[in-house]
Amino acid sequence: MQTPAPFQYERATSVDGAIAALVAHDGDARIIAGGHSLIPMMKLRLASPEHLIDINDLEHELAYIAERDGEIRIGALTRHVDLLGSDLLARHYPLFADAEEVIADPVVRNRGTIGGSLCQADAAEDLSAVCAAVKARVVIRGRDGERTVSMEDFHVGPYQTAVGDDEILTEVRLPLRSGAGSAHFKTERRAGDWAIAAASAAVWIEGGTIADAGVALSAVGTTTIHLARAEELLRGAAPSDELFAQAAQIASEDCSPSADARGPVDYKRHLASVMTRRALRRASARALAMEA
Amino acid sequence: MAVTEENLPSPRQERPIGFGRLKRKEDARFIRGQGTYLDDIRLPGMLHGALLRSPYAHARIVSIDTSEALALPGVAAVVTAKDLETLGLAWMPTISYDTQAVLAGDKVRFQGQEVAFVIAETEYIARDALGLIDVEYEPLDAVVDARRALHEDAPLIRDDKEGQVDNVASPTWEAGDQEATDRAFAEADVVVSRDMIYPRCHPAPLETCGMIADFNPETGQLDIYNGNQAPNVHRTVYAHVAGLAEHMIRIRCNDIGGGFGNKVPVYPGYVCAIAGSIVAGVPVKWIEDRTENLVSTGFARDYIMRGEMCAKDGRITGLRVDVIADHGAFDSTAQPTKFPAGFFHICCGSYDLQAAHVKVKAVYTNKAPGGVAYRCSFRITEAVYLVERMVNALALEMGADQIDLRMRSFIAPEQFPYETTTGWTFDSGNYAETMKVAMEIAGYDDLLREQADKRERGELMGIGVSFFTEGVGAGPRKHMDILGLSMNDGADLRVHPSGKAMVSISAQTQGQGHETTFAQIVAEELGLPPEDIEVRHGDTDRTPYGLGTYGSRSTPVSGAAVGVVSRKVRDRARLIAATMLETRPEDLAWEKGRWYVRGDPEQGAMIEEIARYAYSGEPMPEGMEGGLDAQVIYDPPNLTYPYGAYIAVVDIDPDTAQVTVRRFIAVDDCGVRINPMIVEGQIHGGLAEGIGIALMEVITFDAEGNCLNSSFMDYLIPTALEVPEFELGETVTPCPHHPLGAKGVGESPNVGSPPAIVNAVIDALHQTHGVTHVDMPCTPARVWAAMQGRPEPPQ
Repeated sequence: MQTPAPFQYERATSVDGAIAALVAHDGDARIIAGGHSLIPMMKLRLASPEHLIDINDLEHELAYIAERDGEIRIGALTRHVDLLGSDLLARHYPLFADAEEVIADPVVRNRGTIGGSLCQADAAEDLSAVCAAVKARVVIRGRDGERTVSMEDFHVGPYQTAVGDDEILTEVRLPLRSGAGSAHFKTERRAGDWAIAAASAAVWIEGGTIADAGVALSAVGTTTIHLARAEELLRGAAPSDELFAQAAQIASEDCSPSADARGPVDYKRHLASVMTRRALRRASARALAMEA
Repeated sequence: MAVTEENLPSPRQERPIGFGRLKRKEDARFIRGQGTYLDDIRLPGMLHGALLRSPYAHARIVSIDTSEALALPGVAAVVTAKDLETLGLAWMPTISYDTQAVLAGDKVRFQGQEVAFVIAETEYIARDALGLIDVEYEPLDAVVDARRALHEDAPLIRDDKEGQVDNVASPTWEAGDQEATDRAFAEADVVVSRDMIYPRCHPAPLETCGMIADFNPETGQLDIYNGNQAPNVHRTVYAHVAGLAEHMIRIRCNDIGGGFGNKVPVYPGYVCAIAGSIVAGVPVKWIEDRTENLVSTGFARDYIMRGEMCAKDGRITGLRVDVIADHGAFDSTAQPTKFPAGFFHICCGSYDLQAAHVKVKAVYTNKAPGGVAYRCSFRITEAVYLVERMVNALALEMGADQIDLRMRSFIAPEQFPYETTTGWTFDSGNYAETMKVAMEIAGYDDLLREQADKRERGELMGIGVSFFTEGVGAGPRKHMDILGLSMNDGADLRVHPSGKAMVSISAQTQGQGHETTFAQIVAEELGLPPEDIEVRHGDTDRTPYGLGTYGSRSTPVSGAAVGVVSRKVRDRARLIAATMLETRPEDLAWEKGRWYVRGDPEQGAMIEEIARYAYSGEPMPEGMEGGLDAQVIYDPPNLTYPYGAYIAVVDIDPDTAQVTVRRFIAVDDCGVRINPMIVEGQIHGGLAEGIGIALMEVITFDAEGNCLNSSFMDYLIPTALEVPEFELGETVTPCPHHPLGAKGVGESPNVGSPPAIVNAVIDALHQTHGVTHVDMPCTPARVWAAMQGRPEPPQ
């Protein structure tokens, strides 16, 4: 059995209470929700937090998927399995289901949360790319109140986010705009493994033209890669295989993978391109199908 | 075959008296989670052990300071090599007559090697204490590549061994006839050669290794709880190593969560637990974690092979093989004493060759020791992979169909028993018939047409074939022993007065279904219901001596012992029945469960009646004692030689290079099937492992000797999503010398499937991409590299 180093444990009864506990422990505490990243890291002694604050009792505050004020709002404690099964998400942003079908396995999906996935900020994690592609904004709460940041500002560095030591990510907000189509593609060595490379794409098509686009990559850099150059290329253009091939070319150029057991750099760049092209094609086809 | 209404077992088949699809007796407890595994056992006063392991692959130990760890509340003791030296336990013998450090004193020789053993009140405290032990290392140059180990300038790994001046682990071993092989190649029309690696992989049983040692200082009795595949051999080894009297040691295995060869060896942690209990005078429990299992316990394969094969007049005629075997830091490969490269020289395969010659050189490297037979009979997996890859390479060179070439070259049915050029005597077979059954299930001609159509559309589909002959059931005592112990197995059968029976065996199940299969053998022979027969195993105090379960030897050896002991009881019952029926034994005839008078079939005695009589006050036959029991030790006259024809169909994504095994057809001939359902389950499991080995399982190291696959995040084993619905078939060629006509089967699917899959991958890529070889595992990145024209061997 792998055993973590000694730590203190408490269960929060409210979000404000959890924030107060974070403040009280002054940077030595970690929030635990699904625990599918943190607990293995603790058992391998890669992480040794002195305090854990368990927020699993806060489902009434933090677990929901709802439409409000022209947005879809997802509570941070929403489990992967609920993202996978959500009709609301399937209708507007089917890339969530694309991604959730290939994230880990049912055991992890039953327990892991969207907030935990985003805050872990592993570059190979799928939901970060998904949220970046659909231009989500996240709500971060601290003792002085809430702020809302874009995914670009949320990703600060490897395993680092805009969430401070005494703050909690509480909500993910997805804009609802017409003409949306989206898709997520991933290549993995085996079901449940981290991606070798994955791409998320969203397009908003108005009158046969791509009004806006979002493309992001997983596992091919030290953080989630936001493909700004590809988005620029796509904006205002008519969807076509040639256009997507150009965007895919940008993906292979603008990612920065490193060689590891999943593959060498050239293969990962190649995959970034293949995944981007496939994601854009399907996203566009879905947008056009919705329009028709 | 897919399960349909027609071939579902009938209710009658579900409760056979004897052979048939009996549901597994052990599953009632397993599916309810009621098994008793090592970690379920808690003894009063038990302490917990944990091992400190080396972070370096090769380093001199300058000093070890245990004072801080000892000061941690709850720590009872910290044991180092120095302490073990005083007990004479610093080194232990391996199963290959090498020595292995129990705890490293002079040097560490692989990353993960055992350095210190902490004993504490809880496992948590023991593991916290590991971080408080201060070891000063002086890092040395590490040797990771077996080829480099042979260089003159390579650092000497085993400077502990007197007279050892290089990294050669054992003298080069040869089989076959070199001159005749040279002649065959000189006369050949076609010659091909391939360099290939069977990479290091790991059996990775879901239950890791561990032990509870309970030494009683008052009585000198040592009770051991330890799931291993050969409890009787382990007991002898402990008696030898620890200087304890063998009859004062009792090993109980209980339920075992998988072995696959990984639980054959004796590991340093076991010796530490025993030494800990002797020193502490209380039970000591030690269980390794997943990382420890993957980085330190018995790995498998790691063969660097060069094969050459030739053909004349359209038939395969010769084979030449040169191997470097990487044994890691200590030679603890598993094989019978006289066979230092195991049964690798069975690599002439299922073909009637003119000549073959095999050379194997074994080396030490700074990697974990092992070389265990991961679901294979002593290196036959490597042998079959080599020969079946070579046959396909030859077929490519000749422009021949991969099945046609095999069909033309097979040993013919009338040639059995067949003496191979490397010294095996294959007992029986009809290879062409089995191949035909596989082609029929696969729809081989349709597959070829489908492949041609897909090629035109730019889709990549491959069809791969392998045909293997295994040699399992080691083995005859005149040829085979391990550590001087003959590879025989005992069986002890007692029929109680009520007609219930208990059969004690020396084979040790790790999931193979022994409690069912062996009951069925007794049931078949005595005509008792299998539910009335208890199979006792896994307790050295209550079972006869024997060498255990590995190398698919349970049914070939232990199963034969059970068959023979049952017949002995049946013969005894005949004598008793003759007295009961007041007739002569030779006037009695047997039908299942009953001796009856030949001339008057109404007159007879059921086996239950005979049992009751045997224990009663009635007179026994002249000179016979009461009771109805017998015991035997079975010495097999030869190995059994199961074989099979496998066909894999793969699809490869042309863009991502991901390989999908779409279909897998496995036709096995393992002789008589005692429980066909268990046989099929064994085949399913082995095929899943074979797919894992072919596509994803590998243990690799960086240049410093750091193991890169130390968790299930990095050591991938396949899930249900990577394996297709298997299509099984069978032919039955009974083994002529086995009492039941059975052959082993557990390992066949692991042996036969990897080459079929790799052959399929090559078949998919050869025409379009010019690929002639890809080393396993065929991961997307490695297949893509091959498609780009630069295949890379694994690190």
